[in-house]
Amino acid sequence: MSSTPRTLLDKIWDAHVVCTPPGELPLLYIDRHLVHEVTSPQAFEGLRLAGRRVRRPDATFATPDHNIPTTDRRLPIADPISKQQIDTLRNNCREFGVRLFDLGDADQGIVHVIGPELGITQPGMTIVCGDSHTATHGALGALAFGIGTSEVEHVLATQTLRQAKPKSLELRVEGSLHPGVTAKDLVLYLIGKLSTEGGTGHVIEYTGPCIRRLGMEERMTVCNMSIEAGARAGMIAPDQITFDYRRGRDYAPRNFDRAVAEWERFPGDPGAAFDRVEIFQGGDVVPQVTWGTNPAQVVGIDATVPDPTAFGDPNERESGSRALDYMGLSGGTKIVDIPLDRVFIGSCTNSRIEDLRAAASVVRGYRVAPTVHAMVVPGSGRVKRQAEQEGLDRVFRDAGFEWREAGCSMCLGMNPDTLTPGQRCASTSNRNFEGRQGKGGRTHLVSPAMAAAAAVTGHFTDIRHWLYR
Amino acid sequence: MQPFITHTGIVASLDRANVDTDQIIPKQFLKRIERTGFGQFLFFDWRFLPDGSPNPEFELNQPIVVGASVLLARRNFGCGSSREHAPWALADYGFKVVIAPSFADIFFNNCFQNGMVPIRLSEEDVEELFRRTRAAEAAGGPYKLHVDLPSCTVSDDAGFSRPFTVDPFRKRCLLEGLDDIGLSLQHVDTIAAWEAAHVLPAGE
Repeated sequence: MSSTPRTLLDKIWDAHVVCTPPGELPLLYIDRHLVHEVTSPQAFEGLRLAGRRVRRPDATFATPDHNIPTTDRRLPIADPISKQQIDTLRNNCREFGVRLFDLGDADQGIVHVIGPELGITQPGMTIVCGDSHTATHGALGALAFGIGTSEVEHVLATQTLRQAKPKSLELRVEGSLHPGVTAKDLVLYLIGKLSTEGGTGHVIEYTGPCIRRLGMEERMTVCNMSIEAGARAGMIAPDQITFDYRRGRDYAPRNFDRAVAEWERFPGDPGAAFDRVEIFQGGDVVPQVTWGTNPAQVVGIDATVPDPTAFGDPNERESGSRALDYMGLSGGTKIVDIPLDRVFIGSCTNSRIEDLRAAASVVRGYRVAPTVHAMVVPGSGRVKRQAEQEGLDRVFRDAGFEWREAGCSMCLGMNPDTLTPGQRCASTSNRNFEGRQGKGGRTHLVSPAMAAAAAVTGHFTDIRHWLYR
Repeated sequence: MQPFITHTGIVASLDRANVDTDQIIPKQFLKRIERTGFGQFLFFDWRFLPDGSPNPEFELNQPIVVGASVLLARRNFGCGSSREHAPWALADYGFKVVIAPSFADIFFNNCFQNGMVPIRLSEEDVEELFRRTRAAEAAGGPYKLHVDLPSCTVSDDAGFSRPFTVDPFRKRCLLEGLDDIGLSLQHVDTIAAWEAAHVLPAGE
């Protein structure tokens, strides 16, 4: 190994390049492959047609999450095409020997929630999944990124991926977040500053005191949304918070202390050079609300909807105007004056126990506004049971929220959980694209606490002034 | 995979930035377990009105771009979800080439897996292509571009010619229509040796 100081990305990359055949892209070894029902059927079919096997079934883990109902799991799946897709995953896992956390399994859940929760995700690993939010796992100091279905097939067959090394982007966040400002607000703020393509071609490493202070689940929220800035992946160097989170999980290494000693070698060396560095102040961040149809179209809760005709860049002007038209908003409207029809608390961004605790603490002692239909969808069976042990489900139900089974649900609305045309939703998910939560639906991305407050008041409300009961 | 060497086709222009894969192929069509047949759903929510009839205002529904195989768009094309259903839908509809100032990473990689060439040109060159497309259409005919992969050139019949870059390995796979899994499996002994030499993280 060279003595040049290396970044976290450099170290993980170097440790996983199997070979670089002349004139070809490097073959990168993949430690963990996570699989779900929507992007895998064609990959397994490809293996079958070519007579290939899964090279490392022991490193491959599957769960249905995108296209499953979140209502009573004892009922059959009503949509026959959805049922076929879930049956296909089940059959493929059986045929190829892949561990499946099936519907009805106590550990089933959103793939990016159960990976860290079960301890499948480890520092220093390479992790892929046919899902763009795979960067979530980077919160534990792994290099984790989304891939297409052809690449899923490539990894199943070879346990490697053809990849050019991405560039590195350090996003250093100084200072700390103000009370009421969360990891979700921070990452939305950063995306707003970077733009939806500011990270293209790069792996982001989030550094600085503000990031170091974040808990493990908050770090997952930040890394999760790296793709919304266009980044290949997002990562945070492992530290004591990572090791403490990781200890005692199901798939923990047998010799945990030895593992920690190994993981401690991964953080970047002092003086390691990034291709690009951007510096922000945690203290500048206020609770964020998106106003448009991409996650970079975002402002603070104390702001107004911007007037896109004043934007300098012609592309931004055009897409801003289209966005306002779609969202049924006009420039100058105060964010706190925007009324809501729906509230969704869930998704791989914000459906973990700390998210549910934060939302429940806002809701406790209040009722959901009569004009709002609100639901909570825990990220996994484990999160759901933990919340129920803590009585959070009672808090939500008593306030008028629906309390659902684990899945991706209304983050992408593949299952029956969708908005109807024109409905406006405060959502803790990660994308506010046109039609994302249902054709004609209007999505505003916010933190769990902000979503909970909006459910109670019926419009966006500054959580910094909330009267907790 | 069908080899891609040269292609000449009608240009359809989509004058929008940040076209995400949710727009290219909306989620209600991701339940299928096949790789084929997605073209009918391409840009579904933009292309069709609520009653199911074609939206007369949508760019791809203009009679002059019937049979288009080159898609011209603005920056950050293909952002968002990793769904390969997006390039499947574009390819199944008939597109062989997408030209934009920039592409999202996952979409960009996915194109090559499906014999489709994503071409990055400068903002100025893309603007010029939009201008030429509009001018040709105003004159009553479709605008056509030629893409020559061996020389990495995109050109028209009226003096426009620009080089573009493609990773040499991706280029070879496109030109020869190679199955890159088969290619990688030629290194299976190296992979096995690597696995033997690397105790998996933390002594598992």
